[in-house]
Amino acid sequence: MSGYRLAQGGLIDRSRAFTFTFDGQRIVAHPGDTIASALIARGTRLVARSFKYHRPRGILAAGAEEPSALVTVRSGGRREPNVQATMAEAVDGLVVESQNRWPSLNYDVLAVNQLAAPVLSAGFYYKTFMAPGQKAWMRYERAIRRAAGLGIASGEPDPDRYEKRAAHCDVLVVGSGAAGLVAATSAAAAGLSVVVAESDPRLGGALNWSGATIDGLPAAEWAALRTGALAGRENVVLMPRTTVYGYFDDQQLGAVERVADHKLAPEGHEPRQRHWTIRARHVVLATGAFERTLVFPGNDLPGVMLASAAERYALAFGVAVGRSVVLFTTGDSGYRAACNLAVAGVAVSTIVDARDTAPEALAAEARAHGITVRAGMVVAKAMGRAGVARVALADTEQPGHIVEWIPADALLVAGGWSPVVHLASQSGGPPRWDERIKAFVPGVPRGAWTAAGACNGALSLAEAVSSGSEAGSTAVAACGATARAMPCPSIVHDEGDPAATLALFEIESGYGKAFVDLQNDVTADDVRQAHVEGYVSVEHLKRYTTLGMATDQGKTSNVPALAIMAKARGLTIGEVGTTRFRPPFTGVALGALAGREIGAHFKPVRRTALDDWHLANGAAMGNYGLWQRPRAYLRVGEDISAAYKREAKAVRGGVGLVDVSTLGKIVVAGPDAGTFLDRVYANTFSTLAVGRARYGIMLREDGFVFDDGTTWRLAEDRYLMTTTTANAAAVLQHLELWLATAWPDLRVRVASATDQWGAMAVAGPQARAVLAKAASGIDWSHAAMPPMAIRHGEIAGAPVMACRLSFSGEVAYEIFTGSGHALAVWEALMQAGASAGIVAYGVEAMGALRIEKGHPAGAELDGRTTLHDLGLDGMASKKKQYIGKALMSRPVLTDPSRKRLVGLVSLDGTPVRGGAHIVAGPAMNGQLQWQSQGHVTSWTWSPVREGYIALALVERGPERHGERLYAADPVRGAHTPVEITSPIFYDPQGVRQNA
Amino acid sequence: MLIPCPACGPRETTEFVYMGDASVSRPALDAPAEMWAAAVYDRTNPLGRHQELWHHTYGCRCILRVTRDTGTHAIAGVALVGMDPEGGS
Repeated sequence: MSGYRLAQGGLIDRSRAFTFTFDGQRIVAHPGDTIASALIARGTRLVARSFKYHRPRGILAAGAEEPSALVTVRSGGRREPNVQATMAEAVDGLVVESQNRWPSLNYDVLAVNQLAAPVLSAGFYYKTFMAPGQKAWMRYERAIRRAAGLGIASGEPDPDRYEKRAAHCDVLVVGSGAAGLVAATSAAAAGLSVVVAESDPRLGGALNWSGATIDGLPAAEWAALRTGALAGRENVVLMPRTTVYGYFDDQQLGAVERVADHKLAPEGHEPRQRHWTIRARHVVLATGAFERTLVFPGNDLPGVMLASAAERYALAFGVAVGRSVVLFTTGDSGYRAACNLAVAGVAVSTIVDARDTAPEALAAEARAHGITVRAGMVVAKAMGRAGVARVALADTEQPGHIVEWIPADALLVAGGWSPVVHLASQSGGPPRWDERIKAFVPGVPRGAWTAAGACNGALSLAEAVSSGSEAGSTAVAACGATARAMPCPSIVHDEGDPAATLALFEIESGYGKAFVDLQNDVTADDVRQAHVEGYVSVEHLKRYTTLGMATDQGKTSNVPALAIMAKARGLTIGEVGTTRFRPPFTGVALGALAGREIGAHFKPVRRTALDDWHLANGAAMGNYGLWQRPRAYLRVGEDISAAYKREAKAVRGGVGLVDVSTLGKIVVAGPDAGTFLDRVYANTFSTLAVGRARYGIMLREDGFVFDDGTTWRLAEDRYLMTTTTANAAAVLQHLELWLATAWPDLRVRVASATDQWGAMAVAGPQARAVLAKAASGIDWSHAAMPPMAIRHGEIAGAPVMACRLSFSGEVAYEIFTGSGHALAVWEALMQAGASAGIVAYGVEAMGALRIEKGHPAGAELDGRTTLHDLGLDGMASKKKQYIGKALMSRPVLTDPSRKRLVGLVSLDGTPVRGGAHIVAGPAMNGQLQWQSQGHVTSWTWSPVREGYIALALVERGPERHGERLYAADPVRGAHTPVEITSPIFYDPQGVRQNA
Repeated sequence: MLIPCPACGPRETTEFVYMGDASVSRPALDAPAEMWAAAVYDRTNPLGRHQELWHHTYGCRCILRVTRDTGTHAIAGVALVGMDPEGGS
């Protein structure tokens, strides 16, 4: 127990109190508390176990830079892991749990990892488990991942809604501290539209806990006044609880507004979070600075905290972080923090200043509060069982020689400041090392932004205000407006000299593990080891040691690590440089990025004009790309397998009707349409007579088959191309590309007509009779309408266009009509066919029929097959040039050992499923011990064979008809004897379809 | 990234589909396989200015020739292909 609630102070609402639980323990909180502030007020120091060594960890920070205090909040589907306790607001009834411990936080079994720490150094897993020839990683990965980790996701669907919105503004101000508020006020006064995004629930940033006086008011009150004035303006939008996480190209920024994260569940119609895409003409980056910790043994103990965080807990939350506080500083800002803490009622015993000389005025102010100042000293080590108990001091020059121990339950560290350059780095050149303030500051902008305040290295309040004012003027000018003169606020605040900070990052006292990156358990020795092993680039250092990874991204560890690396290499920090900061700045929930595009809204659903009929008639629907299509129409007691077999038999023996509206349909029109199609297809279309159709096959320019389908010549200058369902969009794009880039001289236009046409096929020996009964205006006889003839007529009063073409191998006609007429035409055909026993058939029966006929479809046209592979060489015209011709005959594509299309017949009556591999021998001990000679592409039960058949691509396939092999399907536990046959199982001469 | 489509105005990249390197000129259909192989497979991977084809798939469906810096994504110029004196064959 160390922290406690101060009797007064803070911006919390002390008139109300509620409780939440932390690992089952009830914690009292007030509105305005974070989980972290309430835990500290309760006296809790141990809140987490570390990633690798399971070391006890506490709360280091008070904001977005917190590396250790990650917790899981809420339960059930709303459970959310890896939440920073410092950012999450305390909520009445909230369930909070610690992470990475078992069975409990206090008694964590895997803390034994600490004993193994000497071997668990940088690169341990790579060297031990992933060295060449090692298969150990595969075996131990699960156990290792369980032992080293963060929180666990719920595994349940998230019941909440996430939204996406877009915003446009003249000026986006990121951060609402002194600089941000001044810049926003200036831009707003110039009449510009302004958005101010602030991560915290309350605007004002560090003004809320600085203890400064501005214009005679406490800074927090001044900030509230400024915020109120901005809120009253119509041209200003204030966005609290909104973190800008990414700065992308062309002035686009990503932000997440936590609409209901501070509630147990969203209320009414609220989303949990709202993702904002913000486009701004100019951006003011007033993101502030993170205080740095210092690297010394024991610096990860619970109770070690950033000085600024303790200041914030006291002044903003009314919480004392300890009863006996020692503050270790390398600059003047630690004195300000110590004095502010003392004023707030926190017992600071000692300031340990690494510099030889204490700043006179600040030291005097501290002493007046009863604080002992020890200049020229460093903390050599922090000690304690589950938290700091005492602190060892040594001379700065002799850190290994402990001269004194002082008791402390909180050790505050003020190790200098790192401007929050993340967004600037995302939209600019590399951050630049500023030797004055010993920190990286924003580099050269690439986007239209101006950094202001501490983000730009203006660390004192006075500097920040004037920097914010300049940034405001810059933004106003950049937007073409005129800035108005603003009165300069008068500031009373002694922060000393930000430039007086000592360039000290690590205290090399040699008393044990000194952590650089608390989230990833990377020590100073790990960084040095990486250097010894040859990792000199900071990007390599990061990846080898995992420094600056995970949700933290090196917010507090970056600079100390670079300093250690620089020292090892004998360079300056500026010369070593920093890694590039990448989005997101803080973790972004995948839900926020997905928004409403989940479940049924993940992608659009396409339904044909006949969809309602299918559903009303027992269709079992399937997803085919975006399309919903009937797989089969189930009758009572049937499953899909029984239904498709019945449907396929009915087509062979009588007549069937199938919805083929999903076929891609492209109008190709213009005087040069024939010439164009000749270049696009491997076969010829310019010679096709008007009123006739032809099967066409097109190649990609690399010589592989792209797509197939029939194309109908409707007029001299007009064709209707059909494509496979899957390739409709790709074929149109292909045509557009070639027309624009290669042949702009051709007078041709292409347009999609897929959705305009409803299409259905009537197939089977009775097709002609059914159509004769249903339609008028067309003579369906063989003589009047030979194969591939197109005729126009009427069915159910609707105009139809019919073409005699067969995919099933039976006499068949495709009937096209306007989508709006499709249902009437379909119903008329079903009615006309009733006496002939017409059946509606689905995709499965259609597949069975085409496999029996050996027609290639999507599974065979997979982008890796050639005309030669598919046995379609004969289609290729020798008289003309077309896309893909040049590369089609490459030796590798005409190699006789290529896998080519064959049929397979199952010899034992069991199915041979798609994806099975063709091998020479029987199964052996469940192990696949044979070389694959090919694979099954499509399979079905064949009504005519009354058995299972398949299409396959097999090495030298056509030469091997009659050969007996096996279809190995270890995934589904099948190993089936098969015989290779011709891919055409049924009516090879085409007698039936041409009857 | 915004692409200033000459037909539609500046539009978000999600409306476009990248269609390849615009600096590659496709040989005639009857050109030898070697030339075609070079056109199909040989690509430089430049850092800096690059000529690219973009299809305004969810807009006007024009093919655009975009001059884009691959390092900064800055777009220096956009022309309609096959429809103006700049583009086409």
